Amino acid sequence: MIAVIDYNMGNICSLGNALQRLGVEWQLTSDHNEIRKASHVILPGVGNAAEAMENLRRLQLPEVIWRLRRPVLGICVGMQVMCRHSEEGDAECMGIFDAKVRRFKEMPGVKVPHMGWSRIANLDSKLFKDIPRGSYVYFVHSYYAPLCPDTIATARHPEMFSAALKYENFYGCQFHPEKSGDVGEKILSNFINL
Amino acid sequence: MPAKRIIPCLDVKNGRTVKGINFEGLADVGDPVELGARYTAEGADELVYLDISASKEERSTFTDLVRRIAERINIPFTVGGGISSVDDAARLLDAGADKITVNSAAVANPDLITEIASRYGRQFVVVAIDAKKVDGVWRVTTHGGSRLTDRELFSWAKEVEQRGAGEIMFTSMDHDGTRNGYPCNTFARLCSEVSIPVIASGGAGSAEDIANVLTDGCADAALAASIFHYGDTTVNSLKRELSDKGIEVRL
Repeated sequence: MIAVIDYNMGNICSLGNALQRLGVEWQLTSDHNEIRKASHVILPGVGNAAEAMENLRRLQLPEVIWRLRRPVLGICVGMQVMCRHSEEGDAECMGIFDAKVRRFKEMPGVKVPHMGWSRIANLDSKLFKDIPRGSYVYFVHSYYAPLCPDTIATARHPEMFSAALKYENFYGCQFHPEKSGDVGEKILSNFINL
Repeated sequence: MPAKRIIPCLDVKNGRTVKGINFEGLADVGDPVELGARYTAEGADELVYLDISASKEERSTFTDLVRRIAERINIPFTVGGGISSVDDAARLLDAGADKITVNSAAVANPDLITEIASRYGRQFVVVAIDAKKVDGVWRVTTHGGSRLTDRELFSWAKEVEQRGAGEIMFTSMDHDGTRNGYPCNTFARLCSEVSIPVIASGGAGSAEDIANVLTDGCADAALAASIFHYGDTTVNSLKRELSDKGIEVRL
């Protein structure tokens, strides 16, 4: 059973549908025991990082997440709150990944949010098994994790940033695998098979 | 910059696709889910579904359809048509839509943009603007171009950006349906006035037209209906042509 953490941060409809298409059993939950028992845990998230951290703390979830030894995947803001800090609302985050999340700088020709399909490269994890270098995935974000020792995939906007992170059993992707076509479904399926 | 996006648009009435014809190997072109899946397989970057139904009963059919689309389609999709309240938007979000598009209702009540964006995030709100040139001024129109308003295109575009629109979809009512191409200078100016993505809609007759609006017109994406529905080209061959012209697209 896969646990998708319910902490009131955005619509998880598309993630649920993607898991359904992969034919896996999943549940949306904030129950500590259900999360501890799950074979895999997904931390989704759309919205504001400071608010996300507040919701996690109120549900006493950071302590539960830190101790998990099974594969955990943070998506988008879910990944950002697994970093050390976010500039969005000056939020102290969970500190799993060694990165401080920053806002993209608006420049002529560089639109913020970074929205649309961009290539990922420097793929360095089983999460990207059978994913060709340069595959396109779908991003929607204004904040990003810079390159760091935990980076396992990069993208550009226009500077290079972390498209995905990994530390031990913890994974995070800035893009939305559940919206990234067949490539995204393969990445989700790779995670489920970890 | 992300790749330029190609977005097929499907008009839906009473749960069925309008205008979809001639798709070899597709059992039911009238089924918006099947047609959307076909476009997705061909390489569409996003899909737009517009509900052109009139009545309330048909609206609930559309919500059910949105649920079925979300179950099947693994790329982002936008829905629109008749959204005039936060509740309308919430209903479509709950059914699984990634974005909604508002047009006439936003002109009548600009706070609608602010309210939806502050509740669900700006990535969820696409504001469609229809305009036509009257005495040298681009004036915003509503109700499919039939009503002229006092608003001017560029100032309205800036206002919707400030109010929280995540993207602007612009249609020139002087070009829509003509298949003679887009007003590229107007697009270029629009793109320089706002910093959110601009989607070009209405007017494409050929791959050349789309290439022009994505380069000279600086648009981030092109929405097209008839060139796909009438089988002039497929999403895949269009994107190959664009790529051959040096435009970055997802292939």
